[in-house]
Amino acid sequence: MTIQRRTVLKGMAAAGASLGVSAKIASPALAQGAPFKIGLMTVKTGPLAQGGIQMEQGLLTFLKEKNNTLGGRKVELVVADTGGNPAGAKTKAQELVERDKVNVILGPLAAFELLAITDYILQTKTPLIAVAAAEDVTQRKANPYIIRPTTTSAQCCHVMADYALKELKLKRAATISEDFAFGHEQMAGFQRVFEEGGGKVVKKLWPPLVTPDYTPFIAQIGNVDMVFSGFAGSNPVKFMRAYADLGLAAKTPLMGGWTFMDDALLKSLGDEALGVLSGSSYSSAFESESNKRLVAAMAKDYNSLPGGYASGMYIGGMCVESALAIAGDKSTDGTAFAEALHKIKLEESPRGAFTIDARGNAVGAVFVRKCEKKNGQLVNTVVKTYPNVSQFWTYPEDEFLKNPVYSRDYPPAKNLEN
Amino acid sequence: MTRSLSTLVASAVALLLLATLPLWLGNTYYINVASQILYWAVFALGLNVLVGWAGLTSLGHAALFAVSGYTAAILVTAGHSHLVGAVAAIAMTVATAAVFAVLALRATGIGFLMITLALGQILWGIAYRWASLTNGDNGINFKTRPQPFGLDLTSAPAFYYLALLVFLAAVASMLVFVRSPLGAALRGTRDQPRRMTALGYNVWLIRFLAFLLSGFWTAVAGLLFLYYNQFISPQIAALQTSAEALLMVISGGTATILGPIAGAAIVVIMKNVVSAYVERWNMVLGIIFVLIISFMPEGLVPGVRRLIGVAWRGMRPAKAVITVRGEASS
Amino acid sequence: MNLWLVLAINSITLGGLLFLLSAGFSLIFGLMRIPNLMHGSFFMLGAYMGSTFLAKGFGFWPAALASAASMAVLGGLVERFLLRRLAGQELAQVLLTLGLSFIIADACLMVWTGDPIQPSTPPDLRGAIIRSGLVFPIYRLAIVGVAIAMAIALWLLIDKTRIGAMIRAGVDDAPIARVVGIKVSQLFTLVFCLGAALAAFAGVVGSPYLSIYPGLDAEMLPLALIVVILGGAGSLPGALLGSFIIGFLYNFGQAMFPDLAYVILFVPMVLVLVLRPQGLFGRVAL
Repeated sequence: MTIQRRTVLKGMAAAGASLGVSAKIASPALAQGAPFKIGLMTVKTGPLAQGGIQMEQGLLTFLKEKNNTLGGRKVELVVADTGGNPAGAKTKAQELVERDKVNVILGPLAAFELLAITDYILQTKTPLIAVAAAEDVTQRKANPYIIRPTTTSAQCCHVMADYALKELKLKRAATISEDFAFGHEQMAGFQRVFEEGGGKVVKKLWPPLVTPDYTPFIAQIGNVDMVFSGFAGSNPVKFMRAYADLGLAAKTPLMGGWTFMDDALLKSLGDEALGVLSGSSYSSAFESESNKRLVAAMAKDYNSLPGGYASGMYIGGMCVESALAIAGDKSTDGTAFAEALHKIKLEESPRGAFTIDARGNAVGAVFVRKCEKKNGQLVNTVVKTYPNVSQFWTYPEDEFLKNPVYSRDYPPAKNLEN
Repeated sequence: MTRSLSTLVASAVALLLLATLPLWLGNTYYINVASQILYWAVFALGLNVLVGWAGLTSLGHAALFAVSGYTAAILVTAGHSHLVGAVAAIAMTVATAAVFAVLALRATGIGFLMITLALGQILWGIAYRWASLTNGDNGINFKTRPQPFGLDLTSAPAFYYLALLVFLAAVASMLVFVRSPLGAALRGTRDQPRRMTALGYNVWLIRFLAFLLSGFWTAVAGLLFLYYNQFISPQIAALQTSAEALLMVISGGTATILGPIAGAAIVVIMKNVVSAYVERWNMVLGIIFVLIISFMPEGLVPGVRRLIGVAWRGMRPAKAVITVRGEASS
Repeated sequence: MNLWLVLAINSITLGGLLFLLSAGFSLIFGLMRIPNLMHGSFFMLGAYMGSTFLAKGFGFWPAALASAASMAVLGGLVERFLLRRLAGQELAQVLLTLGLSFIIADACLMVWTGDPIQPSTPPDLRGAIIRSGLVFPIYRLAIVGVAIAMAIALWLLIDKTRIGAMIRAGVDDAPIARVVGIKVSQLFTLVFCLGAALAAFAGVVGSPYLSIYPGLDAEMLPLALIVVILGGAGSLPGALLGSFIIGFLYNFGQAMFPDLAYVILFVPMVLVLVLRPQGLFGRVAL
């Protein structure tokens, strides 16, 4: 790749520029005016790097496809590695906004990084296209500068609860997820729809984020019809092996949210993942033109399959393109561009058609996928598509927002058994 | 030029540069990086009281740092004033440091390191798990920076000057401490604990007081961290933060005043500025540490001073041998 | 499924893995007094190397041994060229080993990308033991067997061989050992190689159920620390027993006191350190 990572070298000597440094060539202004600057906040070091690298690959794929020109306008990408922590996210946001003067930020990866910068984004009027799933960013604390073209934590979990009840006729569920906000929100969404539809969540297990061995938790699952899980990062790999090793895979169906069965994880999984159902706003098997291009380019350039993070950033790039067309000359005005982002209606994208609701979150299809083996490779085959899923599921928006945000304790679990 | 005069001139130049930094650095981003260096330096100076002068290596200071930030964040969010928040944060942190000290001072050396590590992990776990108090991993957004005496600290230069004032106070307190009887006694407990006991000193009490002083400056740095980031979450209490602060102290040079400052500058610049140009900045940081320790096991600042001393002697006639002073510790 | 029985069996199997992880750490810590903060890195890098050997067609155990051998070489180089010059300088050792762990972590990310890797269970040890509704994977039981075999081998090495006698002398009193003509510096290199190799071996053996991913190093290091604190530095029986205690504490603690999940290992660690600084079995205080 010869995308210009950095053109700004002000004040800093470019010394030591040999170790893993990408090209720093000033981009010639081909299109009229100054280039439109996109800042990508991602994680390229440490435990969250897998998703972060996918984010960068997805966005680079889109920009390469467009020859770094969106709507006749040259774009320039600045990539910032937050290191996966809130303080790093804040500093990198400042770097992008104050030093590099980017027009829009894509990312960051984790909810706690996004939450650390939402106030700053508002103060500096910087439009941001999020991939992190924190519910309230597009709900009770909706931020006019933020849109999220992927999903909230619970958006796909509502769907999975509905699917488990209506299609599979399952009634008793256990949930298991990491003990952090993303897990809490996912499990709460599942529980709400599942219990309101007549099911019971009889066990809720919360392993810490760092858990070397899931056996003590899996052993507590007990007698249920299904297990719903929200693990993220590399944890699903470890969890599914333990789940199968203890003999549960054979008798209790396993389902999860999108990170649990992300397409990018498939190459790390073995046969223990067969049959696992997951809900996601993206499927690498989805047959749209842009998705075919994305999958082909990722295979060619990076030898990998795009998952939610890569497709999320590819779609983020499409959002920038679309908002540029809407905002026109006013694109460099943060407020005008953020307004344009909220008006996006994409007919065609790697996740299909979607729109952005008034609070900034995508309304679009959610796929129920089943992990299968085809030609010796694991794939997530779409078994059912729920069209036009909103972050509020089927609830009226104002009623949904009157409740507290999903958490470990809300909605309260009334059916727990020991 | 005599040594004391040259030190004076160097200090004056440094002060002038620091005081005018927002004027010549230009971009607010770099001013913000400078502010970060300053509060990390305060943290490292606080840790250095234990690591350097007491010879007690703590790997749990991130927890103290976080206790301070959390206390202020929780109180101010609950409607108390910034002043109440700040005073309570420092009091709470010093009290926590006292508990740490009582437990950890049962041991020295690696035992001390392990106890502080475990205590730090326990507080990290509480910050993570006690979500009704700390809001769990979502952290707490801290809406506004304080306005001491009506001064608005929202802008980057304004905050920088606050951080600079605090930083200078920390440096001054270290200079006073090192020359104080307590400072001397503390170094005595590090080098000759038995002799100090024999001489009638209460070694435990001296170390305990050092822990409190260390806790105090850690608390102040934690407050600055909160004001700067306007956000706090459990990550800041994690072992990684403790390790980072320790690396600042050791790489710069323990038991010196310039060392922890230099170490803080290295780490902050690597993480925030160099990471923008070098994708493998983590590796470069590791290599820098290995190089420092290979060529200057005593740390960067004393190491450079030694090398300059060697070069100086090489250039001058043999009679004018200058002994290299072990900085403020001597 | 009988919860308590599964927890009990799992406690033992986790203990086995922890012993493999911490035996080397205990030796290095006990003999050399080095707080080797790159032990988790040896574990992770060893696991990654093992996965590569497996991918190149090695059998599971040959891959584990090959990985252990390569990590022994790396450990030897680190000791000989970097650590040796810092004898007795604890802080410098902390900085060096942490710095190296940064380098290794980033190098792993570069070479093996961030994608988690989970090697298959060795073919002979797949499947599970099923007794009256209780399912337990054979491989995990095999780990206990490997750990016990390793414990016996190490015990023989330390207790019955000449080198072992020298190591024991070095642990007890390095200056005296030097006086009586033991080449303590060569011994140190040897022990460091052995410690690194054991960590790498544990990494490969653990990888089919821990999986390998960035951050594994930082997860394993505190576990090794806790085991050694509990058991006492330099004591192999201590490390063995400490491993099983942690295995039980972890399994039953997570199941019975979920609210304490984050502190379940560190509270006992503090208690032991405060009340009995030499560990349960160690002779020398830390």
